[in-house]
Amino acid sequence: MDAMHVRFLAMVIVNGLAVGAIYALIALGFVLIFKATDIFNFAQGEIMMFGAYMSMLVSNVLMGPLGLGPAFIVAAVSSAFATALLASLCEMAIVRPMLGKPVLSIIMITLGLSFVLRGGVEFVWGPLEIPVPKPFKVAPLLVAGVPIAEVRLYTIVTSVVLMAVFLLFFKYSNQGLGMRATAEDQETAFLMGINVKKIFTMSWAISGIVGAVGGIFLGATIGNLVPFLSHVGLRALPAVILGGMNSITGAIVGGLILGVCENLAGTYIAPKLGGGDIKEITSYVIVLIVMMIRPYGLFGTKEIERV
Amino acid sequence: MAVTRYCKRTYLEDQRIFAAPSAKLFLALFLVLLALLPVFAGSYVLVVACLCGLAVIAALGMNILTGYTGQLSLGHAAFMALGGYTAALLAKHYHMPFEANIVLSGAMAAVAGLVVAVPSLRLKGLYLVITTMAFQFIVQYVLLHWGSLTEGERGIAIRPASVLGLDLENRAHQFYSVLFLAALAAIFTKNLAMSRTGRAFVAVRDHDIAAEVIGVNLAKYKIMSFATSSFLAGVAGCLYAYVYQRITPEIFTFVVSVEYVAMIIVGGMGTVLGSILGACFMVLLPQALGLVFGPLTSAYPAFSNRLGAINIIAYGGIIIFFLIFEPDGLFGIWVRVKNYWKPWPFKY
Repeated sequence: MDAMHVRFLAMVIVNGLAVGAIYALIALGFVLIFKATDIFNFAQGEIMMFGAYMSMLVSNVLMGPLGLGPAFIVAAVSSAFATALLASLCEMAIVRPMLGKPVLSIIMITLGLSFVLRGGVEFVWGPLEIPVPKPFKVAPLLVAGVPIAEVRLYTIVTSVVLMAVFLLFFKYSNQGLGMRATAEDQETAFLMGINVKKIFTMSWAISGIVGAVGGIFLGATIGNLVPFLSHVGLRALPAVILGGMNSITGAIVGGLILGVCENLAGTYIAPKLGGGDIKEITSYVIVLIVMMIRPYGLFGTKEIERV
Repeated sequence: MAVTRYCKRTYLEDQRIFAAPSAKLFLALFLVLLALLPVFAGSYVLVVACLCGLAVIAALGMNILTGYTGQLSLGHAAFMALGGYTAALLAKHYHMPFEANIVLSGAMAAVAGLVVAVPSLRLKGLYLVITTMAFQFIVQYVLLHWGSLTEGERGIAIRPASVLGLDLENRAHQFYSVLFLAALAAIFTKNLAMSRTGRAFVAVRDHDIAAEVIGVNLAKYKIMSFATSSFLAGVAGCLYAYVYQRITPEIFTFVVSVEYVAMIIVGGMGTVLGSILGACFMVLLPQALGLVFGPLTSAYPAFSNRLGAINIIAYGGIIIFFLIFEPDGLFGIWVRVKNYWKPWPFKY
């Protein structure tokens, strides 16, 4: 392999990492809720999409008075807040009545929620593509001779910072400790004086925030928004399985692996198959393999029930 | 989800298909009314009725798997697609007759069901859901991109067949064959549920370990449930191909899979009547929404591309509503209404 091929491969991998960082953020949202509440939130993709649309809305309004860059930052922050609010409202109104019900009902209620959210977004903004304001330069940056689009670099940096913040939050803050305790054992945590209800709402709010950030960068990478974007949430699902359902590290590593695999498959396998974006199903093929070999994932605890 | 329970005092009572003699009468009346439908209904109504019928068949399959056996699948539409494509390909390349296509497309879907059932022996709950979901997306992808076989996005056209003197281009005749098959599927499911197999399914659902202890072979019954359920889905898919006379990958999406789970939730898990009610409800829902919002779109043309969104919101809203407020579904409401009127006009 000559230098050009190596550089090309590096570019493919870095681009994959950028996509993977978005997957990791979405997967983090899944895992946070699952760990604290034992509920698997199929609406995470829709929550992410809502974040992307909100940020588009705010930055379109503020673009004039503030300029593109600052407007993007303000929009991102306010959209994260709005999404957190939406997620916690969903938890309180729809998911909480279902606590203690069979898995099947809970899965279906989050799917129902995802339909309502997607329909709501489509109702407000319409089914057609909407361009998002692009604060990032189109010309790629050269990092060690490898060309990388600016937006991808920012995606990676922001995700890393956000994940670090949350890891520290879980490790050192009182609230984070409470969340980990609840994840470990809800009943005991409740008896120890932790407000479990608040923890539930908070875990939804936090996954709203990480989802919104993922959505904003996804929108900035693609350049436009469609309600169909929410399917990326389902595509990130395998990252959760790969990493292990209840492992935060797993979600991050799983997301990154998934992004890289997808990009490699899209670059090297797709031309051989002739047509068709193999990226769409790479993650599902991976999840099937993981399910066969190691259903509890790379970092998950091996508590899955076998029948 | 709370599964509808009945109060039965004797074993004989449990073995009866009809709870009371009057039920037979009402069913017969209902069937006569359905048989008369083509006399006074237009072809559009008949198409909708056909859709209801084939949705009933697929929903019965879904109910066998999810309602009776407790294995949640989000890949039901993929099985339907496999059935539909099998029928279309057989009709196109081998000019197979309608009867053979129905059986073969069901069999094809059942074989696929066997394959998907294998992971279900090790996985349950959420993990099974994700596996079947992955299956759904992979099937959809293959159908869309294996152009040489499935003709990609355009899909395959299927010529109207004729069976036993019925001309399947005629909507009325189409309706009769769908009605016949739906009734057959309902009778089959009702009998299956009362057989040893059906009780084994329910045992697997209610407590798999206990079921194994009392001698239910888990692997066997899970695989059987998957195969039966996908057979019915395949038959429904085949009928879909004949009713629409074309089959494309866009028909059987993930949303359709969720819709089928919604049907049995809305109708009532683990009941035949529930599958029928739920399937008809979910098929008629977009029609009703179209009736309500149709005039609105002609008044405000800008509104017309929001109809899809309204449909999605209605689907999701109904799933949420039934799960929170009426977990027994329409079947539960039906039983309550019936019990309310039983002692009428006395209070007790």
